[in-house]
Amino acid sequence: MERVPVLKIGDILLVSIQIDMEDQVALQLQEDLADRIVSTGCHGVIIDISALDIVDSFVGRTLATIASISRVLDAETVVVGMRPAVAITLVELGLSMPGIRTALNVELGMELLAREREIDIFGLGGEGFGDADEGETEKPVVPAS
Amino acid sequence: MTQPSDRIEVSSDQDVVRVRQLVRTAAVAVKLSLVDQTKLVTAASELARNTLVYGGGGSVEVSRADNGRRQGIRIVFADQGPGIADLDLAFTDGYTSGGGLGLGLSGARRLVDEFIIDTAVGQGTTITVTKWCR
Repeated sequence: MERVPVLKIGDILLVSIQIDMEDQVALQLQEDLADRIVSTGCHGVIIDISALDIVDSFVGRTLATIASISRVLDAETVVVGMRPAVAITLVELGLSMPGIRTALNVELGMELLAREREIDIFGLGGEGFGDADEGETEKPVVPAS
Repeated sequence: MTQPSDRIEVSSDQDVVRVRQLVRTAAVAVKLSLVDQTKLVTAASELARNTLVYGGGGSVEVSRADNGRRQGIRIVFADQGPGIADLDLAFTDGYTSGGGLGLGLSGARRLVDEFIIDTAVGQGTTITVTKWCR
């Protein structure tokens, strides 16, 4: 079985999918990435799908699962390079991939991750996201009873 | 009028990949637009996986279709599996009897121009889809 390589570049893991993946290969990638996130301590994952001429519901779900797993492991995932025809098809298929960050190419994906990390460091409720935080604290959620 | 076809027996993940490649080649040959190629190959991938996972394997036949006005691609997915008991439910977005997202059948139908399903419990399932050139 083929395997999709995972490359470490600084604080980012880069995956470029260059083959038409069998379902098993996609599942293997999911495991490999989780292992590499933990072993490297990377905080960002970029998955380049510019070589994929289709993304069906299985691959779409795998990407969403990878994003969820990395988030639990304190890493943010950005899917980059989706072709226009793939985007049109995905939406028509009914797969809007909620919870997945996207960028047009690897470079913009890296910028996105760097920006997020910066805000995090600044952060702890500091500038930038202040409005959203305040909004949330002013309106406590009352559970329906 | 239907022209000679290509047939793939689907019994593994690898065969699903072969179906995608065969459909892509056929779609390019008949000059479907890039978006329509992508939609058809995606639909074929969903349906071939259904044939494998739910039908327990089967066959996929790809042929060129011609209705006198337009050319297109017709694909027939056939299995001898358990069949589908409740079609309305099976076509509901988000419903799945397996571990999937429940988008395969309903999503594939949205991606093609014609979609015919013939199924009965215990008799297997045959799905025929067609995509026409614009």
